[in-house]
Amino acid sequence: MSDGYIIETRDLRKTYHVGKVDVPALRGVDLRVKPGEFLAIVGPSGSGKSTLFHIIGGLTPPTAGSVRVADQDLAALSEAGRTRLRKRTVGFVFQKFNLLPNLTARDNIAVARYIAGADSKPDPKFDELLQRLGISHRLDHKPNSLSGGEQQRVAIARSIVNHPAILLADEPTGNLDTENSKAVLDILRDLNERMGQTILMITHNPEAAAVAYQTIHMLDGRIIETT
Amino acid sequence: MTAKLVLENLKHKPMRSLLSFLLIGVPVTLILTLVGVARGMSEGSQQRARGVTADIMVRGSNAGNTFSFGSPAVPQAYVNYCETKVPHVKMAMGVINHALDLPLFMTGIDQDQFNRFTGGFHYLAGQHGLREPYDVLVDELYAKQRKLQVGQTVRMVNQDWHVVGIIRSGKLARIAVQLSVLQHLDSADGMVSQIYLKLDDPANSDAVIQYIEEHTSLKVNTMDEIVAMYDVNNIQGVTEFLYVVMGIGVIVGFAVVCLSMYMAVLQRTREIGILKSLGGSNSFILRIILAEAVVLGLGGTVLGILMSYGACWLIRTFVPASLPMIIVPSWWPIAGAVTLVGAVLGALYPGLSAARHDPIEALAYE
Repeated sequence: MSDGYIIETRDLRKTYHVGKVDVPALRGVDLRVKPGEFLAIVGPSGSGKSTLFHIIGGLTPPTAGSVRVADQDLAALSEAGRTRLRKRTVGFVFQKFNLLPNLTARDNIAVARYIAGADSKPDPKFDELLQRLGISHRLDHKPNSLSGGEQQRVAIARSIVNHPAILLADEPTGNLDTENSKAVLDILRDLNERMGQTILMITHNPEAAAVAYQTIHMLDGRIIETT
Repeated sequence: MTAKLVLENLKHKPMRSLLSFLLIGVPVTLILTLVGVARGMSEGSQQRARGVTADIMVRGSNAGNTFSFGSPAVPQAYVNYCETKVPHVKMAMGVINHALDLPLFMTGIDQDQFNRFTGGFHYLAGQHGLREPYDVLVDELYAKQRKLQVGQTVRMVNQDWHVVGIIRSGKLARIAVQLSVLQHLDSADGMVSQIYLKLDDPANSDAVIQYIEEHTSLKVNTMDEIVAMYDVNNIQGVTEFLYVVMGIGVIVGFAVVCLSMYMAVLQRTREIGILKSLGGSNSFILRIILAEAVVLGLGGTVLGILMSYGACWLIRTFVPASLPMIIVPSWWPIAGAVTLVGAVLGALYPGLSAARHDPIEALAYE
């Protein structure tokens, strides 16, 4: 791990091409995250936080600059390399839960293990985690039978089933009511405290950001403040 | 897990899946029905030819190597000639054929000669034998097809015929009338279509054939050769037609699966994005789409086979004599392979298109 950082970006830039127009989404982002940190990234729409999230998660390559995640230089990774990164190194939690609607909660979690090539033996520690998430009794239900809070907790379980180095959460409470938002944030905080899970969370919600230990403010594709 | 993903996808849109199975099954049914009818006709003809219990068949000089029912071209006098002059011939029987709606024929027989030669028909109803000029014997399948019963009148060859007996299928003819009457109606008095010969010993067939060919211009074959001519592979056009239907099967399978999977990929764009976010590779996505196509192909094949039983029932109920279809299980894997080839080819484009989806765009898809 370079200089003890699990995520390290230098002058990270990303430009999208919309027709003949170049739209800069990141204009030189320098970010360093140590293992076990819990960071919130806040900023208005178009500030580049989602693009940063996508690059760190290996969903899209940067246009320029360097980005290292768990000792891997993402700028140098091929599409296949980024796919491998998503299998084991990062886990995603999305605002819209993004569970596969045809599969039960149990199978949604199992499919992540299957794709990562993990064996199908039951993991007692993970079973304990499912208990803590409060979804053990809901695992045989499909997403349309689960509440939003339950779906998001299943999504969290899926995101960490392969013990990723980094958990990336994109507006994890954006579609939840206050009670469920609090439950999800408590879970993320618990994962960070108990398991030392590194978490990057994008949010618009100041209360959600307050759960993290550090908040990064972005505007116009740059980090403008760290609090 | 791939199997579960595929099955759950199919269960999620049952109507799409069922329609795909049905449309993929149609060419399977077409292929199996065509093969079944061709085999049924072939085997029925072979059975009727064997039922004559002849050793040799004599035809007109213009007869070809494949079997065809041409105009009566053999002078009837040769019947007597064969029986009295050709060594080793024990009995001879001349018959005349008149094509009705193909593949149905009316066959003119000399009842006494026929009885002596073959032992006669097995009668299921009515009188034994043709007595009056316009008496007709029909087999059980033709009787079923035309809903005929003994005592009824049926019009064929511009003539009213009196059904006097129902015979069991499998011996020479489905529809039998008096030889002289059919000769007269066909303006072929004194002519027959073919002569059947029974020998003192089948081992003398070669000698008999040689003798007749040396002394006449007639075409002579053993009954084994004639039966072989009825084989489905030797009937002109059937094999070619079968290839055309198989080609259509591949194209239909291709088109149905391509359309179905293309729609499925569009509908599941977001799910593809989810799988990619979990680390699903392009080949993993392609494998799921292809696996689903294979399941559609296999399901379509099974449904097509079941529908071929339905087609068989319909054919046997309504046109058992004209289209004597049988079920040919040995063709199930062939029809299945044809469908699977079409299905997999059809799934390639949507599968590759799904595999190439950008995960961010796919996740943002509503």
